[in-house]
Amino acid sequence: MNFIYQTWWKVAAILLVLYTLIAGLLLPVPRLFLLHETIRNLYFHVPMWMGMLTVFVVSVFYSVMYLRTGDEKHDLAAVECVNVGLVFFALGLVTGMLWAKYTWGEYWSGDPKQNCAAIAFLLYCAYMVLRNSMDEEQKRARIAAVYNIFAFPIMIVLIFVLPRMTDSLHPGNGGNPAFGKLDLDNHMRIVLYPAFVGWSFIALWIATLRYRIRLIEYNRNIIN
Amino acid sequence: MKKLNLLFLALLSYVSVYAQGGDVEMADTLRSSGKIYVVVLTIAIVFVGLAIYLFTIDRRLKKIEKNS
Repeated sequence: MNFIYQTWWKVAAILLVLYTLIAGLLLPVPRLFLLHETIRNLYFHVPMWMGMLTVFVVSVFYSVMYLRTGDEKHDLAAVECVNVGLVFFALGLVTGMLWAKYTWGEYWSGDPKQNCAAIAFLLYCAYMVLRNSMDEEQKRARIAAVYNIFAFPIMIVLIFVLPRMTDSLHPGNGGNPAFGKLDLDNHMRIVLYPAFVGWSFIALWIATLRYRIRLIEYNRNIIN
Repeated sequence: MKKLNLLFLALLSYVSVYAQGGDVEMADTLRSSGKIYVVVLTIAIVFVGLAIYLFTIDRRLKKIEKNS
């Protein structure tokens, strides 16, 4: 856990995202019908989901660790990761809605991708509600950990599998060509992938800050 | 049949024009006038400000952790 106190990866994450902010606006992008300049949203909308995925994966890891060891700190780490993941989830949804307004015509058109993402959002909100509704610490931590482990694969299926099996307006789903094949040329990759890494580590950084605050509170409660 | 083929060919040529998007409207004037750099700089300043803020929170936490 020494990793979370180090500075180098935080600086690296900031530099990576700063690079994508500048390069994402200035480097040439493919000229595509309907998308026009909004194709640059790819650099800022998709990394939100990548950041969310990263902290959710880490939270599942700590939920498993909690069930194995019973160490309460692992439970705190899992909860704070979900907290930050929810923020990035909301950012992804809102930026997606804004993008949809100008390319699909409506903020919310009941598209399978949007609906499934909304359901997955509620799934994780339910995690917070469930965890906060219990007072007994060990029971709360155990039930929350089990719920989190089950919620993660369901979220993956809802967001990344189900929309691909039906017709969806979202690229990469239904009959639509994914950005990966037709539209995403190598010029875009050199901005998109650093954005993935940068935002993932920023999400992780915020989660570690929240975890450290929780840890101080937790230690204070033990002393009292 | 010949007519159908011709129609299909015509459609196909349309697709290729569509995909190339020669006259897709982009922010070319904004870029040529150089004012896009103002926007880029604004975004960069906002982000750097937020980053510095995050670093100060990190430093303050470190201090508190040392004391407790």
